[in-house]
Amino acid sequence: MKTTVKGRGYIEIDQQRCKGCGLCINVCPHELIKFSTKFNSKGYHPAEFDDPEGLCPPCGFCYRVCPDTAITVFRIVG
Amino acid sequence: MKNAEKLKTVVFLKRPESLTDKEFTYCPGCHHGIVHRLVAEVIDELKIRERTILVAPVGCSVFAYEFFNVDGTVAPHGRAPAVATGMKRARPDLVVFTYQGDGDLAAIGTSEIIHAANRGERITVIFINNAVYGMTGGQMAPTTLIGMKTTTSPYGRDEKRDGYPIHIPEMLKEFKGVAFLARTTVSDPVEVIRTKNAIKKAFLAQINDLGLGLVEVLSACPTGWGMDPVEATRWVKEVFSKEYKTGVFVDKVK
Repeated sequence: MKTTVKGRGYIEIDQQRCKGCGLCINVCPHELIKFSTKFNSKGYHPAEFDDPEGLCPPCGFCYRVCPDTAITVFRIVG
Repeated sequence: MKNAEKLKTVVFLKRPESLTDKEFTYCPGCHHGIVHRLVAEVIDELKIRERTILVAPVGCSVFAYEFFNVDGTVAPHGRAPAVATGMKRARPDLVVFTYQGDGDLAAIGTSEIIHAANRGERITVIFINNAVYGMTGGQMAPTTLIGMKTTTSPYGRDEKRDGYPIHIPEMLKEFKGVAFLARTTVSDPVEVIRTKNAIKKAFLAQINDLGLGLVEVLSACPTGWGMDPVEATRWVKEVFSKEYKTGVFVDKVK
């Protein structure tokens, strides 16, 4: 994951906490989240943040709809 | 990530302090987790974590006391408002809230919530309406929509045999003891913010000594409904919230 200052933010997804429901993928306005091809310890395909161009605003939509509070949203200030 | 570490960052949104580190035991896509987080955020914002008591129900959220970082107990099925009444009357300085599902509050506990509302008990009730009994396997509840298929109504709910869906806030809005009453959903980010504001007001109704605060949250049960999480969330928005109109019914918190 490469982050630039263009969108001024990024998110981190706790891969073990995620149950792969896909609600964050459904609401992301820039379509920056996708299902991982790997399994986590529960046997789900967790969501994965994929933002090669650094477009994440960060709006926090994914955080607000995540039922397992697996997402932490960061703002770039410097 | 290497590039990000060089930049100065601040945490914008993270797991609230009023939740413990324990992972939720709910099914993938269950809206219980969203509402848990909203309640925890409100407790953090009002700075009442040290003096809040939770009354957990019987149902999927029976282990809510393990997820919230507050003191809590479990009431018999439907009796959470009665237990909360006792707690609040014994210790009026504490903040007491109940977290109940529709099988708990709208079926076996209808009497308790009606009389708690009529007495104007200073408690907060978070009411999760997902139209089925989720924990026991998706049976028909009083809130099930007409024609909706569940495991105990395989041909759809028939109003002649099973009656009509029960609307709790419409029923309670006539009581003078109620200080805040709203129905919301958590089907998209905007509705999540509205729900959070409603939950905050329901807590303020208690803290400002105005009366009972109740928020009904229309929630998805993907497992009970036999849908995937995204489809279930869309169904809440397009079908479920047409029968149960969202909005604020009583607002004495200004």
